[in-house]
Amino acid sequence: MSERASWRTLPGRVARNRAAVAGAAVVLLFLLVAVLAPWLAPYDPGAQALDSGLSGPSWSHWLGQDRLGRDLLSRLVYGARISVAVGLGTVSLSLLIGLLVGSASGFFGGKVDHVLMRLADVLLAFPGILLAIAITSVLGPSLRNVLIALCALGWVGYARLIRGQILKVKEMEFVQSATAVGSPPVRLLLVHILPNAISPVIVEATFGIARAIVAEAGLSFLGLGVSPPTPSWGAMINEGRHFLFVAPHLTTVPGLAIMITVMAFNFLGDGIRDAMDVREEIR
Amino acid sequence: MKRYLFSRLRHIVPVVFGVVTVVFLLIHLIPGDPVEIMLGESALAAQKEELRRELHLDRPVAIQYGEFLLGLAKGDLGTSFRSREPVLREILRRVPATFLLSAASILVALLIAVPLGILSALRQHSLFDHLSGFLAMLGLSMPNFWLGPLLILIFSLGLGLFPVSGYGTAGHLVLPAVTMGTGMAAILMRMLRSSLLEEIRQDYVRAACARGLSRRAAVVRHALANSLIPVLTVMGLQFGALLSGSIITETIFSWPGIGRLTIQAIEARDYPLVQGCILFIAICTVIVNLLTDLLYSRLDPRIRYE
Repeated sequence: MSERASWRTLPGRVARNRAAVAGAAVVLLFLLVAVLAPWLAPYDPGAQALDSGLSGPSWSHWLGQDRLGRDLLSRLVYGARISVAVGLGTVSLSLLIGLLVGSASGFFGGKVDHVLMRLADVLLAFPGILLAIAITSVLGPSLRNVLIALCALGWVGYARLIRGQILKVKEMEFVQSATAVGSPPVRLLLVHILPNAISPVIVEATFGIARAIVAEAGLSFLGLGVSPPTPSWGAMINEGRHFLFVAPHLTTVPGLAIMITVMAFNFLGDGIRDAMDVREEIR
Repeated sequence: MKRYLFSRLRHIVPVVFGVVTVVFLLIHLIPGDPVEIMLGESALAAQKEELRRELHLDRPVAIQYGEFLLGLAKGDLGTSFRSREPVLREILRRVPATFLLSAASILVALLIAVPLGILSALRQHSLFDHLSGFLAMLGLSMPNFWLGPLLILIFSLGLGLFPVSGYGTAGHLVLPAVTMGTGMAAILMRMLRSSLLEEIRQDYVRAACARGLSRRAAVVRHALANSLIPVLTVMGLQFGALLSGSIITETIFSWPGIGRLTIQAIEARDYPLVQGCILFIAICTVIVNLLTDLLYSRLDPRIRYE
């Protein structure tokens, strides 16, 4: 199947996977909640009502209120905006850097490749969110700094994946033919190589959004994410865990939101991967 | 084997050097005045000057970097602002707790992943297989910082089976180990299942069955050992993630390890200690990855010749 035909039939192939469809539906719902937050949230997420702090679910506050009497549902809805911003922001920026670095590395090879890949090796020595913790601890908590911190390592996976793909596609006959007829290097890369190397990157990006959402929530849980009082799901869990015995909903509700969202992206990613049959190419 | 070891060592020396440089730059290229960030804006000029001299921040960055490298070569990671003790001593004091927790987490991960992975592969496409696949996805999607409080809520506050937090007895170890081991269990289970399924399709398993061995016996006696090789590798590579994850888990359970020390250092703006902790975890990761590579090449000699 040609690459173009393969892209055209992709939604149909993903739709045959029930888990992926359920994942896509939840992802869509999550995006809608984030976009429509000002209209969906019943209260101002920062509005305090100290006299009713730590109240459980009720008709007026469906998911209850936190320590400061802020409406949990409204904070959850607004928290989705931070997760979307970080998830999409981190993946877009990391993908852009990864695309540039991976393309340069795979296309030019030689010293450029050696230097860029050694830099990638160094960054990969920082496991999990360690580098992000180090960066945000130095730069201070804010949405911008979280994005910087997550992109600092985020691009490496994409760069290595794109480099590997380019090295493979570069050897294919149609690229050799284009080179033989004198296609300029930039055209060769943009028109012939990249479109044929991008499939596993799309799959990886889907998982990347889930990873970024968890990482942001983890940083916020540690007090290194977005600054309070901006609602973030991770910070909400951290605030709630001090009242586990009296108000367990403060921890369980945002945790469930993270888990369901991440699971949805993972199911969707699995579905796209199976539909594209790129299992072998993903790390 | 020796040649392979040397080639791996030649690869990791620049990586370690790079890690050291990144950590140094992170702390020394803080936007603004690091002394003011550490002491706060209200500190007196004399205090700032004294700290600047103490940290050698009054010297050019290149000199500071050279001194940092020399210090590292002598095992000197600087002095903690908070305790006034050498950073290395503070870290080494916390190492046993973190390593104990990591070992217990790996044990939890194996206890969950190995039986589930084997049974899922043996009963591919069965209800059990689908259910364990869903559990694995649940494990992958459930962040530590939620699972930890959830376990406290159910097993400590609800059932009263384990202490909420702390260190010292086997009971204290259970919930943090389960929190940290669950994600790893999910990864190992998926890996073992797919690796075992691949091995089951190999000719040698079919030959064993043709010789009269039951399918289950052929799998357990022959295919399992081979399918565990990639699982061991993934386990080694996950060790770094485990150490990094300990920062969150140890914070939840007040576990006195390196993870908690890192957060305490960040909260106290104790930058030499932050620098030491980050460096320690990163270097441990590089070393464990090297050991994993060597173990892999020992178990599967084809790797050495590639």
